[in-house]
Amino acid sequence: MAKKVAFLQGNEAAAQGALYAGCTFFGGYPITPSTEVAEVMSNELPKIGGKFIQMEDEIGAMASVIGASLTGAKVLTATSGPGLSLKQELIGYACIAETPCVIVNVMRGGPSTGMPTGPSQSDVMCAKWGTHGDHAAICLTPASVQELFEETVRAFNLAEKYRMPVMVMPDEIVAHMRERIVFPEPGELEVVNRTAPSVSPAEYKPYDTSFGDVPPLAAFGTEYRFHVTGLNKGQDGFPTTKAAWVQAEEERQIRKVDANLDDIVTFEEYELADADVAIVAFGSTSRSARFAVNEARKQGIKAGLFRIKTFWPFPDKQIAALAGKVKRIITPEMNLGMCTGEVKRCAEGKTEVVGIFRVDGEPINPGQILEKIKEVK
Amino acid sequence: MAFDYDKYIRPGKLPHIWCPGCGHGIVMKGMIRAIDTLGLDKNNTAIVSGIGCASRLPGYMDFCTLHTAHGRAAAFATGVKMAKPEMNVILVGGDGDGTAIGGNHFIHACRRNIDMTYIIMNNNIYGMTGGQFSPCTPTGAKASTTPYGNPDPAFDVAKLAIGAGATFVARGTAYHATQIDKLIVEAIQHKGFSVVEILDDCPTTYGRRNKFKSVIEMMNRLKEIAVPIKAAEKMSAEQLEGKVITGVLYKEERPHYTGEYAKVIARAQK
Repeated sequence: MAKKVAFLQGNEAAAQGALYAGCTFFGGYPITPSTEVAEVMSNELPKIGGKFIQMEDEIGAMASVIGASLTGAKVLTATSGPGLSLKQELIGYACIAETPCVIVNVMRGGPSTGMPTGPSQSDVMCAKWGTHGDHAAICLTPASVQELFEETVRAFNLAEKYRMPVMVMPDEIVAHMRERIVFPEPGELEVVNRTAPSVSPAEYKPYDTSFGDVPPLAAFGTEYRFHVTGLNKGQDGFPTTKAAWVQAEEERQIRKVDANLDDIVTFEEYELADADVAIVAFGSTSRSARFAVNEARKQGIKAGLFRIKTFWPFPDKQIAALAGKVKRIITPEMNLGMCTGEVKRCAEGKTEVVGIFRVDGEPINPGQILEKIKEVK
Repeated sequence: MAFDYDKYIRPGKLPHIWCPGCGHGIVMKGMIRAIDTLGLDKNNTAIVSGIGCASRLPGYMDFCTLHTAHGRAAAFATGVKMAKPEMNVILVGGDGDGTAIGGNHFIHACRRNIDMTYIIMNNNIYGMTGGQFSPCTPTGAKASTTPYGNPDPAFDVAKLAIGAGATFVARGTAYHATQIDKLIVEAIQHKGFSVVEILDDCPTTYGRRNKFKSVIEMMNRLKEIAVPIKAAEKMSAEQLEGKVITGVLYKEERPHYTGEYAKVIARAQK
């Protein structure tokens, strides 16, 4: 049977990806340029008996998805820049309470109201450092409509597998462009479901590390009664200030991600095998970069592309290896150097890292990148 | 035989954090009696709170309990209720948590008339942080951040709830302990968003700054200012000056949110 093909907008694909992953709850608040995610979910969720709610504000939207997640539902919210700032309070709550949830954040200009309809890639640091305190972060930066669908599915998988919030962050171009998408058949993409407790309700503890770094999470409304708090907690979920416990729990929550980089970090290497110059790019900018690499190759310049698919955790190991091989790394991005700083950190001075930055609401075009490639002697 | 509160308390979680003379424990006992009267299933009941002294209540209770962030109880609870409408959802918290930082979530829960019960313990102060004035601190009162007297007017929590669309609003006091469970029983039985404001006292951070010599004096004040709604109906405006009306203040039958959303699902599936 022929696969279902559609001409879809990025935000619509994100919503369809969420549904494919088994999302049954959406809590949101209108904000450009992410609103289509909410619109699709409001239309589709009731058809499958799922729930859509438009909350009174961004914080309330984030709260509602965490509450729904604790009943066992797979949950989604969608927002953009200023909304992401507001949601940070409870993204931190989801981190410490280890509650799976997915946040689609469409990147527009900032800070503050910025450029609501202009593209940007300037929320990537907010994804990692936005909420206070130490915490792990997973942030995916897809570059096409097809990938936005697939990465939203993967975001749900990672959220459920590691019991934490996961962000999908298309820039406005990826979120609003329309492209051909081939829908995966049910079962074609992996769908991970939450691990249910294997012990009796009397023995159950919501943060029981005898089950490893990701303890099984029970659901409210079952015989597994448990307590959830935003305070530092012990294995039983109740607040604790015991120094050894707090230290161990904080470290475990970081380790959930740090010990599983090979499972989480994804990237694409294009024409890098013999490259003298490498572009490191993500999102829509990586599409301009690919075009520029092809042009450079036509002109006899050995250029290649390292495309970041998982922005957090950052592909430290891969960028460090790349820096040891090429004469120059070029980092085009629609912000003033957020990815560039990370690449420099990983490169440790082994190669020159040159950024191309745009924050004027215009995409970085292939010509701009090609110009920088040609500067390499 | 004495009432067995232990049946509903998590083993090993007492003593509670509340100071001697605080009214929150009285409210918790009233809530337990109400739950017992209604025979609520512990597995099917969520107790949700925000941040503050009153919001520590869920941790003591042997139910599905959710101690959220400051002011956010109603929004978290809305997610729980929407995802599992068959659950009983009870919110608890203080006046600062509910009417200042959580004010937006509070009024919208009222507006939606989502079938949950919100027990708001109004002690007129931010107790946990050491006695700063709240939106419910009376004008002129002393707080750690109103050393010259509070310039702000205070919210009337019940009026706020009624104005925002709550369909059951009641008020009691920590002094009138036996009335508390009756009000909560009626609130939980009500289909829609029900608000029960319980006036209680913070002797530690409010009383000592406002010339109350003892907890007993504060309790007596609650006794003196409370006027049951039936009695209030026969009193003049002058007679009601400085008084607080207690009992069921408002009740209305109106479609509730998860019921309406069930209709959305039915329409979508047509």
